[in-house]
Amino acid sequence: MPDAEVIPLGTRGRPGRGTGSAKPSAAARNLAGRTDKPERAKRPKPAEEPEAAAEQPVPPVDVPPQPTAEASAEPLARSDDQPEALRAESVREREPDTGIPVSDWINAATLAAREVFGDDWERRLAELLAFLRRRVTGEYAVDEYGFDREVTERFFLAMIRPLKEKWFRIEVRGAENIPAEGGALVVSNHSGTIPVDGLMTMVSVHDHTGRHLRPLGADLVFRLPVVGELARKGGATLACNEDATRMLSGGELVGVWPEGFKGIGKPYSERYKLQRFGRGGFVSAAIRTGVPIVPCSVVGAEEIYPLVGNMPALARLLGIPYIPVTPFFPLLGPLGMVPLPSKWLIEFGEPIRTDSYDEGAADDPMLVFNVTDQVRETIQQTLYTLLMQRRSVFY
Amino acid sequence: MGRVVLVTGVSHDFGSRFARLLSGVPGIDRVVGVDVVPPRGDLGKVSFTRADIRNPVIAKVIAGQDVDTVVHMSVRSSTGAGRSSAKEHNVIGTMQLLAACQKAPGLEKLVVKSSTAVYGSSSRDPAMFTEDMSAKRIPHSGYARDVLEVEGYVRGFARRRPDVAVTMLRAANLVGPTVESPLTQYFRLPVVPTPLGFDARLQFLHETDLLAALQHATLDGVHGSFNVAGPGVLMLSQAVRRLGRPTLPVPGFALNSLGGVLKQAGVRGLTPDLTAFLTYGRGVDTSRARDVLGFTPGFTTEAAFADLARSITPGLLPSPQQAAVALAGELGGDRA
Repeated sequence: MPDAEVIPLGTRGRPGRGTGSAKPSAAARNLAGRTDKPERAKRPKPAEEPEAAAEQPVPPVDVPPQPTAEASAEPLARSDDQPEALRAESVREREPDTGIPVSDWINAATLAAREVFGDDWERRLAELLAFLRRRVTGEYAVDEYGFDREVTERFFLAMIRPLKEKWFRIEVRGAENIPAEGGALVVSNHSGTIPVDGLMTMVSVHDHTGRHLRPLGADLVFRLPVVGELARKGGATLACNEDATRMLSGGELVGVWPEGFKGIGKPYSERYKLQRFGRGGFVSAAIRTGVPIVPCSVVGAEEIYPLVGNMPALARLLGIPYIPVTPFFPLLGPLGMVPLPSKWLIEFGEPIRTDSYDEGAADDPMLVFNVTDQVRETIQQTLYTLLMQRRSVFY
Repeated sequence: MGRVVLVTGVSHDFGSRFARLLSGVPGIDRVVGVDVVPPRGDLGKVSFTRADIRNPVIAKVIAGQDVDTVVHMSVRSSTGAGRSSAKEHNVIGTMQLLAACQKAPGLEKLVVKSSTAVYGSSSRDPAMFTEDMSAKRIPHSGYARDVLEVEGYVRGFARRRPDVAVTMLRAANLVGPTVESPLTQYFRLPVVPTPLGFDARLQFLHETDLLAALQHATLDGVHGSFNVAGPGVLMLSQAVRRLGRPTLPVPGFALNSLGGVLKQAGVRGLTPDLTAFLTYGRGVDTSRARDVLGFTPGFTTEAAFADLARSITPGLLPSPQQAAVALAGELGGDRA
C-alpha cells in the first residue's frame, strides 16, 4: 500500500501562489510582513511543536489506516522538511497545544496491531500487505486447473474451518491412511442436500495431512456462475475421465463423490443408504494410473438439511436436479438455510491398492465393477459401524 | 537443391513477416508469397505472386514454381471485412488450395496454421485438451466454426495424399506488441467488461513463438496435429489486473449485446465466440508438441502476456510495477 501523499490544494489562507508550492511569491511575502521566526522562539513548548504540526494539517494520514509505528513516523519526517516559517504560521492559526501527540498514536496503533495479529505482528502485517498487493496486481500463480493455492489456504479454508471445528465438531479417524505423497483417490459417500460434506472433507484432509484434496465436480458446478469460479479456484475440476487421469498421474490427491446428485438429493428416509456408484469411471481412472483408492465415510452430513420433499417442476424449469424442501426451508426463508449442528465423524479406510492389476485392466468392465462394489461395500460397512458408535445425532 | 516454399496470406503483416523470415533460412531456395492483394511492406527476397487461393489459378502457381512445401496461414479471425467474406476466404480458400495441392505431384509437405479455437469453450470442457480430444460443444458460428471446417478438409487431404506430411499447428490465442486481434482489442478497452461470476483460464502464445513454430514445422515438421501454447495459465481477472485496468462484471447474456453495442461504436473487441472463450476459458496440453514435434515456446503464457502489457498504454489503475516500487519504497523506508 503506497503511503497517502498529501498534495495541498490552494494556499489554505496563507500568502502564496496557490500552486501547492511551499514558497509564497515575492509579492505575497511582502504583503505578509515579517513575523515568523521571532514568534516561534517565544512558543512555550518548542520540543512538542513539530509533532503537533505534523498531526494538525493532515489528520487522516497518521490515524488508523496505517497501524505500523514506522509508517506513521514517515509523514512526521516529511512534514519536517517544510519551511519552518510556514508551518509555524499554520499551527498558530489553529489551536496550538491541544490534540493527541503522535507518540500516543503510535503506541495505540502498535497495541492494536499486536491485539489483532499477535506478538510477531510486524511480520504478519507485512505478509498480509504483500498478499493484498499480489491480489490487486495479479502477481500470483494458478495451476493448469485454475487452482489458486494462496487464496484457498488463506481465505476459503480459513472461512469454512470454524464450521468444521465449532459447528459440526468433526472427528477425523484414520487420517494416516491418506498417502503423504503421490497420487491417490479419495472416494466418499455424498449426502446433505448441498455438498457441504465435500467442503468439510477438503478442510479435514488439509488440516490432518497438509495436502489439498482436489475434488471432481459435476458439470452443473461449472455451469453455474460464481459457484464454478470458486470451485476452480478451490482446486476442483470437472468429473471426467480425462481430468481424473491427468490429476492422478500428476500426483494429486483427488476426491470423488460417485453418488453425485443421487446421493445428496436423496430423501431423509433413505439416509446412510449408498446410491449407485456412477458407472465406475473413477475406478478405471485409478487403475489406469495405478494409484490407491482411499474409502472415506462421512457420518453426520445427512442430518444437516433433512430432505423431506422436492419441487421437481420448479427444478426442471431452472435446469437443476432438485429443489430441496426441508422442515425449515423454504418455510423460514433464509433462516432455514442454516444447517443443523449435527456431530460429524469422518473415517478414512485402508487404501485399496490398484497397482497390481496389469495393463488392460482399466478396460475390463467386470474387474472395474468388482472393484467399484468393493469400495462401495467398504464405505457402507464403515457407515454402519460409525452409526452404531454414535451416541446421538447432535453430540 | 533446396526447398521451394509457398506461403499463403502474405498481405497480412504476420504472413509477410513469416515469408521474409523463411527466405533467410539456409536450406530454402525460394519462397513464393501468395495473396489477393500485394503486401504493404517490403517482402525482401520473397517472390510475390498475386493469386486468389479461392481460385483454381493457385494450382498453376504450385505446378509452375515447383513448390514442394505449402504453408497455409491465411485462416484468420479478422479479415477486416464482414463475417461472410471471412468465411469464404477461410473455408473456400482452403478447399481450393487443398484441391490444388492434391494435384501437385511434387508436394512433400503441408503446414497449416490452425487454432485452439477448434476445441470450443464450454462448461463441460476438460481442464486440458489433448490433440485427440474434440470440442464438447461444437462451435456453430464464427471463426471457431471456420477452423473446424478447415481442419476437416485438411484431414481429408491427408487421407487422400498419404505421401504428404501434414503438420497442423493449433496455436493458442496470439499476443504480442504487433498483434491485432479481437482479443488484443478487448484488452485495450479502457474498462474491461468481464463475465459476471466466471473466471476463465487463458493461455497465450507469443507472436515470435508462432513464427518459430511455423519455421520449425516447415523445416522438420512431422505428420500430425500439435497444440502450441505458452506453458502455464492465467486467469482472466488476473490478466486484466496485470494490465492495471478496471473490470466491469457483466452478466453473461448482456456481454454479447454489449459486444454488439461496442461494434456499433467501432470497437470490435467483443465478438460472440470471444465471449464464450472469456466465460469458460480453455487449456491445451502441449506435451505432444514438445515430445514429438520437438518444439517448446520461448515465452510462457505469463511472459507473453507481460509483453503485450508493455505495448499497451497503462490503464487507469496503478500497474504492478508501480505498486511494487511504491511498496518496496515504503517497506524499505521502514527497515532503514
